[in-house]
Amino acid sequence: MIEDVIYLDNNATTKIAPEVVEEMLLFLKENYANPSSIYYLAQNIKKHIETAREKAARLLNAEPSEIIFTSGGTEADNMAIKGIAFANEKKGKHIITSSIEHHAVINTCKYLEKHGFEITYIPVDKYGIVDVDLIKKSIKNDTILISIMYVNNEIGTIEPVAEIGKIAREKGVYFHTDAVQAAGKIKIDVKEQNIDLLSISGHKFHGPKGAGALYIRKGIKIDALLHGGHQENNLRAGTENVAGIIGLGKACEIADEDLKNIKMKSEIKRLRDKLEKGILEKIPKIIVNGHPEKRIDNTLNICIKYIEGESILINLDLEGICASSGSACTSGSLEPSHVLLALGLPHEIAHGSLRFSLSKYTKEKEIDKVLEILPVIVQKLRNLSPFWKKGK
Amino acid sequence: MLQYSDKVMEQFKSMKNAGRIENADGIGKVGNPVCGDVMWIYIKVDENEVITDCKFETFGCVAAIATSSLATELVKGKKIDEAKDITNKRIVELLGGLPKEKFHCSVLAEEGIKKAIEDYKNKKAGK
Repeated sequence: MIEDVIYLDNNATTKIAPEVVEEMLLFLKENYANPSSIYYLAQNIKKHIETAREKAARLLNAEPSEIIFTSGGTEADNMAIKGIAFANEKKGKHIITSSIEHHAVINTCKYLEKHGFEITYIPVDKYGIVDVDLIKKSIKNDTILISIMYVNNEIGTIEPVAEIGKIAREKGVYFHTDAVQAAGKIKIDVKEQNIDLLSISGHKFHGPKGAGALYIRKGIKIDALLHGGHQENNLRAGTENVAGIIGLGKACEIADEDLKNIKMKSEIKRLRDKLEKGILEKIPKIIVNGHPEKRIDNTLNICIKYIEGESILINLDLEGICASSGSACTSGSLEPSHVLLALGLPHEIAHGSLRFSLSKYTKEKEIDKVLEILPVIVQKLRNLSPFWKKGK
Repeated sequence: MLQYSDKVMEQFKSMKNAGRIENADGIGKVGNPVCGDVMWIYIKVDENEVITDCKFETFGCVAAIATSSLATELVKGKKIDEAKDITNKRIVELLGGLPKEKFHCSVLAEEGIKKAIEDYKNKKAGK
């Protein structure tokens, strides 16, 4: 059954790689000791955790000592932002972020606002690129942190992190980037890009759920989120999620190899472009969201005018195709996605958004199937829409 | 993503009365595209004040489509005096429930029918 499913929602989560599962199993079954214990069994597991740390560091061009394992991207974002905020509040209480961040960043900033921090939300242009000049101008004496995502999860736009990193470093402000959608998809270099803190999440690149990491540049002090034992250099208490960490390490190792595999990378892009081109050819009145070039290879976000996202998604689901939408109905509120609204799209158009996100496991025949089925669904729903005839 | 009942999915898939009625005797236009739900309900009424045909055009989610579809089925063949007593509660009931966030769709469907009947009455009075 699951074999027949066409899975094009890889920005939500990815299929775990079989090699990752294989390595994790050992640590779910035989190697169950607590890595903080002193006997050989435990110390051996500790060694494996350190190997995983090295692999994660290599993916980012960081040092192993700069990697803290977390329960995922959300925890890493929380840890970075709250950690810097509470460790530096005597220095200042101003934080700069963007209007298109993931909720893990936006809602953390909103929480800090309640605790007396001042947050500046930098707008983006119609492609979703953050206004770098405005970031620069917004830096004040009490600015302690800039947090701008590496790649936007909904539209795939790649932000100018190196440029922002340079500005932040010059001004002596910490720079955090939520790289959850970038890790494993594009080459990240925290040294070259002047990144101080960076969040990743294993399940977004064929690793396990519940395992992520925060890179914190050597010498930077942050407050811990969880208090307890001495694990993770006293920064993240709690017995390690050993299997998760091992899985994350393996996923980082594979991702690092895949990044060098130009054929694999260009194949994902080719299929995404084929999907985009095919949709534009077969369906009128489509808006492609995100930057035309500065966009991650696996993501296609479109707005299909005159119809609503959830009804498209459910129709796709009935055909065994998994995708996602930024319509109000899928966000659990009455508002469509804040990202699409930040691009300047009107509400009624944002309601008709549809996101396809591919992975290395995506096959050409799956894209062909979508190109066959989607136009039929759109036609059916448009025939039902009171706005369609007028828009013709 | 929300969990929908089998009956909601049935209505969503069948969309039996989807479409418009040219020269309709009454049209009820409700909802707002900004909120993501718009329904246009068309009715055809005969000399005995019986709704002989009822169709809908909907821009919206699964619940919006399913509620408008069911509402049109409910009033078809009924006298307008009877049809105007349609309630969103009844619609939800017949659909085997709706997620709480989607109750407003059933309210829209009720309003759509009522507005179409009102439109019919206004047109008739104007004649």
